[in-house]
This record gives sequence, C-alpha cells and structure tokens, in this order.
Amino acid sequence: MIAVQPSRALGVLALGLLGLALAAGFLPVLWMAVSQGAGSADSYIIRVLSFTLLQAGLSTLLSMVFGLLLARALARRQDFFGRSLVLRLLNLPLALPSIVVVIGLIEVYGKQGWLGGTISIYGLQGILLAHVFFNLPLAARLMLSELERVPAESWKLSAQLGLRAPDIWRLVEWPQLRSSLPGIALLIFLLCAASFAVVLTLGGGPNATTLEVAIYQSLRLDFDPQRAVMLAIVQLLLCGSLVLLAQKWGGLAIGLASANSMARRFDGRSIWSKASDATLIGLGLLLLLPPLLAIFVSGATALQPSAALAQATLTSLLLGSLSAALAFALAWPLASLAARSRHWRRWSGLCVLASWIVPPAVLATGWFITFIAHAGSTYLAAFLVIAMNALMALPFVFQPLASAIAPAALAHDRLCLGLGLAGWNRFRLIDLPALKRPIGLALVLALILSLGDLTAISLFGTQDFTTLPARIYRQMGSYRFDEAIGTALVLGILVLVLSSLSERWSRPR
Amino acid sequence: MIRLDQVAFRYEDMAMFFDATFAAQSFTAIIGPSGGGKSTLLNLIAGFETAQSGHVLIGDEDVTALAPDQRPVNMIFQDNNVFAHLDVWTNVALGISPALKLSSDDRARIAAALFDVGLAAMMTRTPSELSGGERQRIAIARALVRDRPVLLLDEPFAALGPALRRDMLDLVIAMQRQRSLTVVMVSHQPEDAAFAASHTAYLEAGRVVALRPTDELFAATDIPGLTLYLGDWRSMSR
Repeated sequence: MIAVQPSRALGVLALGLLGLALAAGFLPVLWMAVSQGAGSADSYIIRVLSFTLLQAGLSTLLSMVFGLLLARALARRQDFFGRSLVLRLLNLPLALPSIVVVIGLIEVYGKQGWLGGTISIYGLQGILLAHVFFNLPLAARLMLSELERVPAESWKLSAQLGLRAPDIWRLVEWPQLRSSLPGIALLIFLLCAASFAVVLTLGGGPNATTLEVAIYQSLRLDFDPQRAVMLAIVQLLLCGSLVLLAQKWGGLAIGLASANSMARRFDGRSIWSKASDATLIGLGLLLLLPPLLAIFVSGATALQPSAALAQATLTSLLLGSLSAALAFALAWPLASLAARSRHWRRWSGLCVLASWIVPPAVLATGWFITFIAHAGSTYLAAFLVIAMNALMALPFVFQPLASAIAPAALAHDRLCLGLGLAGWNRFRLIDLPALKRPIGLALVLALILSLGDLTAISLFGTQDFTTLPARIYRQMGSYRFDEAIGTALVLGILVLVLSSLSERWSRPR
Repeated sequence: MIRLDQVAFRYEDMAMFFDATFAAQSFTAIIGPSGGGKSTLLNLIAGFETAQSGHVLIGDEDVTALAPDQRPVNMIFQDNNVFAHLDVWTNVALGISPALKLSSDDRARIAAALFDVGLAAMMTRTPSELSGGERQRIAIARALVRDRPVLLLDEPFAALGPALRRDMLDLVIAMQRQRSLTVVMVSHQPEDAAFAASHTAYLEAGRVVALRPTDELFAATDIPGLTLYLGDWRSMSR
C-alpha cells in the first residue's frame, strides 16, 4: 500500500464530518432518554414496534418467496422474446420514487381505481402490496445473478445424469442460492423497517404505522419530542443491530445486479415446466406493469402544466443537485481511503451506512433538538434537507466509486507520487478523466434518490419551498388526486431519464 | 463406434463441419489450436450441442436427436465435475440414481468404484477437502458406476502436474481396457496423446484435418497446420 497523504487527510476529514452529523443526530436523543429515565415503553410504542416488525417481516417473506420463484423461472427460460425487457423492468421499481409508485398503486387498486377498489389499498394490505412491488423485483434480480454463477459444467452434468427439476433444485439451485439468502432478506427487512413514504401514505392510525412514520408524526404533527426520542431509541436499536448483523454476514447486497451472460441450460424442456415458468413470469408482469402503466396513462391525461409545478421541479432539481454534490464530496475521499488502506476500509464501509444504522427519522430527532433555537429558518431547513439526502444517498454513491478507485489507484499512484501530482491537480488531470463514468454514475444515483425523497422534506421542509414529492403528497392529502398523478408523471419521467443514463454508465465498456 | 456423419454446426461466426469415425474400443486424442472446435466436437457427441445437419451415431444407433442423459456417454470436464456441497460417496452415487434410490448391489458397485480410483478412505469427505487430482477421481468413479460404453474427456487433467497426469491417464487406460470403452480425449498436451491414445485427430478451424494412429500422426509431415501447432515438440520428445 502506498500512502498518499492529501487524500488520506481529506478522507479522515470526511469521516469526522460524518461522525459529527451522527453525533448531532443521536447524542441529544440519548441524552434526553437518559435524563428522562428511559424504559417507559408505553403501549403505543409497543404497538408501533409490533406493527413495524410485522409488516417488515411479512413484506420480506412474500418478496423472498415470490422473488425466488420468479428468479428460478427467469433463470431457466434463457431466451424468450422480451427477456431483457423483463430484466430491465425488474430494475425499475427500485429506481422510481416510492411516492410515484404509491400513486400508481392507488390509481390501480384504490377505491376510484381501475379495479374499483376490489381490495383495500390502505392499512397492512396496501403496505405489503407496495413493499412487495419494490422488493420482489429486487430479490428476484439478486437471486437471478446468484443463479447465473452456477458453472456451465454443472448444467451439463445435470443433463448427463438425467436430473429432473426437483433434483436440480436440490442439487444445483438451492446450494447455489442458500448462502446469499440471509443477506438479501436482511436488506429487504431493513428497507421495509425504515420505509417512510409508503407507510405515510398507505398506513394510518396507530394500528398501521411504523417507528419511522411515528417519529415524524411526533416531531412535526404532535410536537412531542419526548415521544419522538423514545421511538427513536427503539428504531436505532432495531436498525443499528440489523446493519451490524448484516456486516457480520458478509455485507448488505447494495448496488444493482448486472446482467451477466449465463451458461447454457438443458433442463426445463417439458410442457409442464414451460407452462409453470410462463405463469410465474406472467404473474410478475401482472404485479409490475399495471401501476407503472397507470402513472403514464392517467398521468398524461391529468397533467396540467403550471407555474407552481415548474417551481417545484426546479426546487427539486436544485436541492437534488446540491445533495448529490455533497454526497459525492463525502464519498470520494472515503472511497479513496477505502481503496488504499485495509485498516480504513472497514470504517468507511460502515460509516457510509450511517443513515441505515441511524435511520433518517432518528437523525432528524437529534438534529431537531440540536437546532431547535434556529427553528423556522428556511436556509437551515434547506441545508438539513440537503444534508439528510446526502447521507441517505451515501451507500449508493460510495459503492461504484470504491470499486472504480481501487484499480485506478493501483495504476496511477506511483506515477503521481513520482511526478508530485496531488490534490486538486491530480483529481482534475488524472482521476476525473479516467473515472468519468463511475463518477457520473455516482452523481446520477444520488440525484435520483434525492429527487424522489419524501422523508427529509417531510421532516424538515417548510412552507417556503416545495419539491415534487412534497407537492404530490400535499395534493393527495387535499383530495386532488388527479393533480397528484400528473405531478407523479413529471417526477417519474425525470427519474427514468436519469436512470437510463445511469444504466448506460454502469455497463462496463 | 462413434460416427459423425457430415455434421454441420455454426457457433457465432464459426462454421464447423465434422465427418469422422472413432473406432469401437479405441482411445482417440484430439489435439489442435484453441478455438478450433475440439470441445464442440465432444459436446456434439454428448448431446450438449445439437447438429444443425448431419447425424451422430453411437454404435448402430442414431443419437442426433437424443437428450444427453439418453446417450450411452459419460463426459468428464476440466473443472466442476462434482457437486461441491455433497460428499464423495454421494457424488458417485448420483451416477446410478439422481434420487439416490440404491439397491445393495448398487452400494457394492459404488464401493468397488471408489476402491478402484483410490478414494475408498475418503468417501465421507467433501470435494473442498480434496486435491484437484482427487476431485477428478470422483468423476472417474462416477463414470465407472454409470457404466456407459463411450467416455469423453475434455482436458480433464490440464490443471495437474506431469506425474499426477500420468497416474490419471493410467487409471483411464485401465478403465478403458477393463470395460472395453471407446474413449475420446481433448488435450493440449501432445505427450498425453502419445502416452495414452491409440489414435490422434488433429482439428483446425472446425474440421478434422487428420485422424490417424498416434505414431503415424506425430510422424506426419504432410499436414502444415500440425507442424506449426507442434512447433519443436517433436524433435524435443525424441
């Protein structure tokens, strides 16, 4: 390892800033809890915790089981017409903002929806439907890329030995998948436990709310910071221990799975297996397509351009760009540090998960208490929204940067040291041109996440500035659903354009 | 006897055409440059690829349209011949029954095969606890219990050192004699062909350029590609 002093100093500085943000987040919470005498877990908190665990557990179970069935069907059907389109469709739900997807689900399943409200979209059912909509494709995609790693010889051997579908499951597919399942399940559980927009819009009442949303309600609606602190402690313990557990099990599966080419298979030639695979893939499409179509079809008819809409779009883009820049400014030195020092790699890898260990609502509780003297300032509010979004984007920005910097460091470090190239000059002349694509990818990912954010804007936003997701939520709340779906279309298209950019940049040259 | 009767096969830009006969109970080595179609030839015989025209015959039977498990063929690859999470005994037993429904006679055959390849003492170990050579012995034991008249070997010992390769070839030769197998082996090592094979085929650009008794092929001077492929190996091995 070569010590490159400037980038190491910056990395340590970034770590320090992150630590400061975290400390400002949970030290006040801890202090208030201790000074109040923690442990007064009333029945409300227990009810909220139970519902959080229940919905996250059920969402995870459903996503894993049906994701597994879908992944298996897609792995076995290697060349049907439109397969690559289906695979791209699986990446879509995760890229789209939750609020946009929720609008699509309501347009299909809601009371006035396409199906005329045959099932209830609100409460536990609705939350499960939305979480499965997001996480089933994620699970399927991750498991599919795991199945694609089965060596070609195993499929040949299976064919030669005449293994039937149950044998192949027992001897090839299950052993390949087994070790990756806990990591995927934990990731999905964590995403569902900290999910905000879905529960805020589709949940309701103390019987269908999660810790994350209950904290928001205590802070912003009930003005009850003490209750927020109690909820925050519980949420911190839950999410923190889940992330640490996941790190122990080999890390969370962050980052979209790439479409590998797969070794040829010889099984699944029977009518029965073709029919069952087609049914499963069809069911998957039936889950994914209608809400997406609803946004485009109903959104296009409902869309009414207005100055307020343009204003919200600009605000979203401005806040999003600033938080993407901040996320990059934090992630770049951390990734440089991680790429060059094994000692720091563990720390920076853990620190970028700050917003998962200490979920946004918990951080917000602490920041709220820290900055209470300045409450009401628009600039402070905007800054906190930007900072929160940057923290939430950090894991997704860090990952592509870290994996791109490591080989570049190996190739360039000696030469740069020899030439005395360092700091800004090195970034401008060496790293930026060489790592254009991963840097672009990281920035666009951060921008996509910030554009879709409803968490930070709900926790800190003021009347003075409105982003697209906040506007959608407000329009929903005031029974102007037509306008909401129009706004959702604008946000959806914005994100789709950006994510097609990111897809191009994430493909290896 | 294995016969490829005007078999045509196209893979991406590469058009291949095989017309060759491997005599019953012969041991044929296939040599030639990479990308020349050596593995494809084995895949066509084993049924992992299907001829686009022409016929593949094994014995008197036309197997062109048969699935891999319906052909009288065992094939051993360079890697991944075993299921890594199953122990040695189970890996061999799968050669008899995928559901592991075994008679006492079957169990005796498995024990005998494990003894023949020298793994009798290791049957409860998993492949990760074994060396590369021992893992290939599992595949040979499985081929023994599956007992099919054709044995195809796709560079099975390429990752092993010279002495170990000799041992493995001895094992295959003994198996071929005992069971009267027809063996076709792809190899990058001319000395393996010279040591084990009664016949050797030279493949280039998707065609069998020559198939002769091994001594004759290595002595031949009328095949320009072969001279280039072998380089000075011939003079060094004398």
